[in-house]
Amino acid sequence: MLCQSCQKKQATTHIKSVVNGEVTEYNLCPECAKKMGYGNIFADFSTDFSSLLGSIFGVGQQQVLPDAKRCPECGSTFADIARNGKVGCASCYDVFYDRLLPTIRRIHGNTEHIGKAASSADESVRIKNEAEELKQQLQQAIDEQEFEKAAQLRDRIKELEGKQ
Amino acid sequence: MNNREVIISTRLRLARNLKNYPFPCRMTPEQAQQVAKKVKEAVLDGGSVLANRFKYIDMAELTQEQAVSLVEKHLISPEFISEAPGRGLLLLDDETVSIMINEEDHIRLQVIMDGLDLNKAYDIANKLDTMLDETLSLAFNDKLGYLTQCPTNLGTGMRASVMMHLPALQEAHAMGRIAENLSKLGLTLRGTYGEGSEPKCAMYQLSNQVTLGISEQTAIDNLKNIALQLSSQEKSSRESLVQNIKTRDAISRSFGILRYARLISNDESMRLLSNLRLGAAEGVIKKIPLEEIDKLIRETQPATLMSNAGKRLTPAERDSARAEMISKALSKYAV
Ligand SMILES: [Zn+2]
Ligand SMILES: [Zn+2]
Repeated sequence: MLCQSCQKKQATTHIKSVVNGEVTEYNLCPECAKKMGYGNIFADFSTDFSSLLGSIFGVGQQQVLPDAKRCPECGSTFADIARNGKVGCASCYDVFYDRLLPTIRRIHGNTEHIGKAASSADESVRIKNEAEELKQQLQQAIDEQEFEKAAQLRDRIKELEGKQ
Repeated sequence: MNNREVIISTRLRLARNLKNYPFPCRMTPEQAQQVAKKVKEAVLDGGSVLANRFKYIDMAELTQEQAVSLVEKHLISPEFISEAPGRGLLLLDDETVSIMINEEDHIRLQVIMDGLDLNKAYDIANKLDTMLDETLSLAFNDKLGYLTQCPTNLGTGMRASVMMHLPALQEAHAMGRIAENLSKLGLTLRGTYGEGSEPKCAMYQLSNQVTLGISEQTAIDNLKNIALQLSSQEKSSRESLVQNIKTRDAISRSFGILRYARLISNDESMRLLSNLRLGAAEGVIKKIPLEEIDKLIRETQPATLMSNAGKRLTPAERDSARAEMISKALSKYAV
């Protein structure tokens, strides 16, 4: 299908939006999608995968390894994930961690979470994340010359680091 | 004083999934129903002070107009209307909190506030999330944070956005350049209400892109900081723009048409309401409250008009109902 905006290139991005009370669907090429603010992470995702396969095995993107590893929880292979741009379940992130990591790094520029932790997280992770977050706040308090707040934050960080 | 001249509203959403179920793309219909039931019970029986103000809506039971109206009000995503098993919505009575069940993730919790109010929005979302965490086992990984179906939401799972009215920057054709610079800072700016890089109503959504490796509070502070900078750029561009007789003429004409037209299309009303909002914010025309204009923009969207009318309307009937609603609202304000 051709891009509905430029009518020239192949459409790869599917977009749904609401126009005049109707849900409208668009098919756009990567450039037009980007121009309209719909950068497509999925397009990158599968390109990455095929070039990876291509470079290692010298095959095109259609071919999938017959002995591909499957996630024991949801049955996804890495090929399924790359093709859909969707991860199958929480366990997939453990099973395919090494292969997902380059894409995750490219999206976020980071591979380690900072911030709120779920109650199921390890105690040490929760303490570490809280301390990290407070350090960011501390820096900000110093930048904004809120020294009283900064002092309180520093005490709390010391207390947390003592628990580690 | 939360920058209402430029900033219309704040939205913040958290993406969460249940650990023991596959993500929505790999769920069976039965699993989807189970997830919907669990999330619904966790919210309604979870002991939140808000619990009895939530209403559960089975998406399959809505008419097309009702569903699209929810999209127009930014309470759900367009994707969420597609038929899929187990899709439910928990909606707070004043529509400031909506929880989509089984959209791209099991849980998409969203808070909407008027003006710029990121901290309050996060505070509400955070409390509800903590409550959900007490009864549901959430998918979380010590390194990657909250796990989501799409890796773009990993980490905090938090997307915060600020809806801004930027007619002066748009008039100066500055949007492309600004959007490009913002993307280097990990933020996106895109037009809302319709397609195209220069929307008719000059409404833009500024949101954070990165969710992994940056805490909720830092992401919020960054976004707020940039929103305020963008807002002051817009304000200073407005100063010279509204001195221009052509702009003042366009604003007054917009009022005239909106006040007296008998038929008005959505495209036209959006363009004119945008002019009116600029004029009201900058004191070009006698003060019409900005909330009133924002309400008109929301309520004159096609499906919302039909949903409020309780029936399907032809395009001509819609244009007539829209003109009537706007005319009536503006009759209180002589210019
Ligand atoms: Zn194109
Ligand atoms: Zn899996």
